Amino acid sequence: MSRSLLNLVFALVLCASISFFGENFIASNFAYYYDILISIGVNIILATSLNLVNGYTGQFSLGHAGFMAVGAYASASWSNHLDPIIFGIVNGSGNPVATNAAMFVSMLFAGAMAAIAGFAVGVPSLRLKGDYLAIVTLGFGEIIRVAILNLDFLGASRGLSVPGTYTNLFWTYGSVVLCIYVVLSLVHSTYGRGFLTVRDDEVAAEAMGINTTKYKVAAFVVAAFFAGVAGALYAHFKAFLTPEGFNFFRSVDVVVIVILGGMGSTIGVVFAAVLLTILPEALRGLAHTEFVPAAYQVLLENRLILYSLLLIILMLTRPQGLFGDGTAFKKWLGRSRAD
Amino acid sequence: MFFFYLALFLICLPVHAEETVKIGEVNPMSGAIGRYGTTCHQGIGLAIDQANSSGGVLGKKIALLTEDNQSQPGQTSTIVRKFVTQDKVVAIIGDLTSSATLEGGPIAQAAKIPMVTPLATNPKVTQIGNYIFRICFIDEFQGRVMARFALENLRAKRAAILTDTKQDYSIGLSGFFKATFVQGEGEVVREQSYSSGDTDFRAQLTSMKAAGPEIVFVPGYYPEVGIILKQARQLGLTVPFLGCEAWDSPTLIQVAGKAADGCYFSNQFSADDPSAVVREFRKIYQERFGSLPDNFAALGYDAVNVLLDAIKRANSTDSGAIRDALARTKDFPGVSGHITIDAQRNASKPAVILAVKDQKVQYFEKINPD
Repeated sequence: MSRSLLNLVFALVLCASISFFGENFIASNFAYYYDILISIGVNIILATSLNLVNGYTGQFSLGHAGFMAVGAYASASWSNHLDPIIFGIVNGSGNPVATNAAMFVSMLFAGAMAAIAGFAVGVPSLRLKGDYLAIVTLGFGEIIRVAILNLDFLGASRGLSVPGTYTNLFWTYGSVVLCIYVVLSLVHSTYGRGFLTVRDDEVAAEAMGINTTKYKVAAFVVAAFFAGVAGALYAHFKAFLTPEGFNFFRSVDVVVIVILGGMGSTIGVVFAAVLLTILPEALRGLAHTEFVPAAYQVLLENRLILYSLLLIILMLTRPQGLFGDGTAFKKWLGRSRAD
Repeated sequence: MFFFYLALFLICLPVHAEETVKIGEVNPMSGAIGRYGTTCHQGIGLAIDQANSSGGVLGKKIALLTEDNQSQPGQTSTIVRKFVTQDKVVAIIGDLTSSATLEGGPIAQAAKIPMVTPLATNPKVTQIGNYIFRICFIDEFQGRVMARFALENLRAKRAAILTDTKQDYSIGLSGFFKATFVQGEGEVVREQSYSSGDTDFRAQLTSMKAAGPEIVFVPGYYPEVGIILKQARQLGLTVPFLGCEAWDSPTLIQVAGKAADGCYFSNQFSADDPSAVVREFRKIYQERFGSLPDNFAALGYDAVNVLLDAIKRANSTDSGAIRDALARTKDFPGVSGHITIDAQRNASKPAVILAVKDQKVQYFEKINPD
């Protein structure tokens, strides 16, 4: 067993034991922090997987929320219609073995559906470059949202309820660990060097005999799979879905995390996901305490402005991302100017 | 920097302000529907301030904790979790939309904290559980009221219906209108549909005109309705159009101009209501915020007052006792009419009919629940 695989198993066991021993305690006593913890996990998965496309492969996708929506609605429909039949779970309550098995299956289904969507979008559109790809992926995200708005069996604009809250710390952070593991192993493997060559110089890569489209589609499908898994976690935690939750701005949120973390830097992106999920909530928390003098309370009441300001300051002081090696970011900037 | 924020975040444990009754408010005060959430918040804040200046409730001051969900799905559940575990509120007011209430409601229900929504009209909202209440009437009542109004006041026998198929709300209203209208010996001569965002309705309107209706029922939102009215008059379809609370916006009159004259729509509240309680509310609200109170402000105001009344009657801040008192609310004199909470925890109260005359919206009459 290689060392990285050992680390993966160790991390999964750790997640499982924390979930097994601490889940109920945290969820019942610190529900608010628990909520934020799960949101952090979902955002890490979204950002790390998008980083494979936007950071390592150098493509610019703006449709991640679309894949998340596919996953969320797929897992919600699966759970709504098939859980009672397969696992005998009625209204989300069943024995832990059944709910966890149901969660696993619905996550897999969500990931698979999102990956299929990723393949369907990727094959035709990844022949495009730069801005054009961004436009196509943006369009895809909107198509998904509008399609859901018009599909009555998915609740349309009313929204869709998902019985039961299956999502727990194990599934969330297990997926986080798996996602990071898959992305890192891919990029650091012999095969995965192909992603980096596509980013660094597409013409040279083709001259070397690398099938660049194949690499781009591979990155896209893997990213879509994990976005789907994140959607499943989100669906089974929030227990209610509306198409508006997966609009263009949700995609931009993820892109912001990736850029802030440093394109092509997994550790940076993970930290950025944690930071950008906590920051708005921390500002919310500060607004009602006496830590902040009354004169500054007006700032906190406009916390969204403050949040945006902090983002701008971070971007000005750390344009290469929190931890990033700046190459990917500069490369992307340079390329979009050249196109 | 990151650790600095993390540290700040972790020490932000709730500061206990003693001897207050904490009420949480969640509303969309920024984002797509931020405008509505803001006026609703003004109504809520006004009610809390009035109560505090007359001594609070049960001898304690009321502390209102307001959180903005930015009109974003996913936020309301986080906020409700914060309210019930961090802030330990006794009750929650909000959200004004159905989708956000459906998201946050199950958490309040599980924690057994009463949640009173000012304006979530989706029937499923109060079906979440016995701790979820609403202060507005639901679509079924509104559809019925307009059908009765058409039959009895306008003596219409032939109606046409134009539905926005993209809005569940619109589909629901059309259904309820039709059922009552047909029951009252009326005839629905033509049904047509459109989608939010459309700008050309001539085809539908021409087909309706050919059927010769005496009234047209359009349960849609004001941006489209303004254009519909204008195009209808251009095509020579001059019969009265009837609508619902989603018509309630100055934009409708601005777009439609003269075309809106002679139309009627139902609403939860009218600032022109001649009753004493509304006149008083209107005066105070206008002095403080410089604008007339709208639906959202009025229902936010009523939601707080109904809740405070329940706390007084329960004579306790125990959530269960408040819930029971809320469920027993009867004939509470709110600014949007006398409110009675029925067995399904929906408000039963009169609808206001507004008429458009000389490009002004006027109070026409009140129709009581049957």
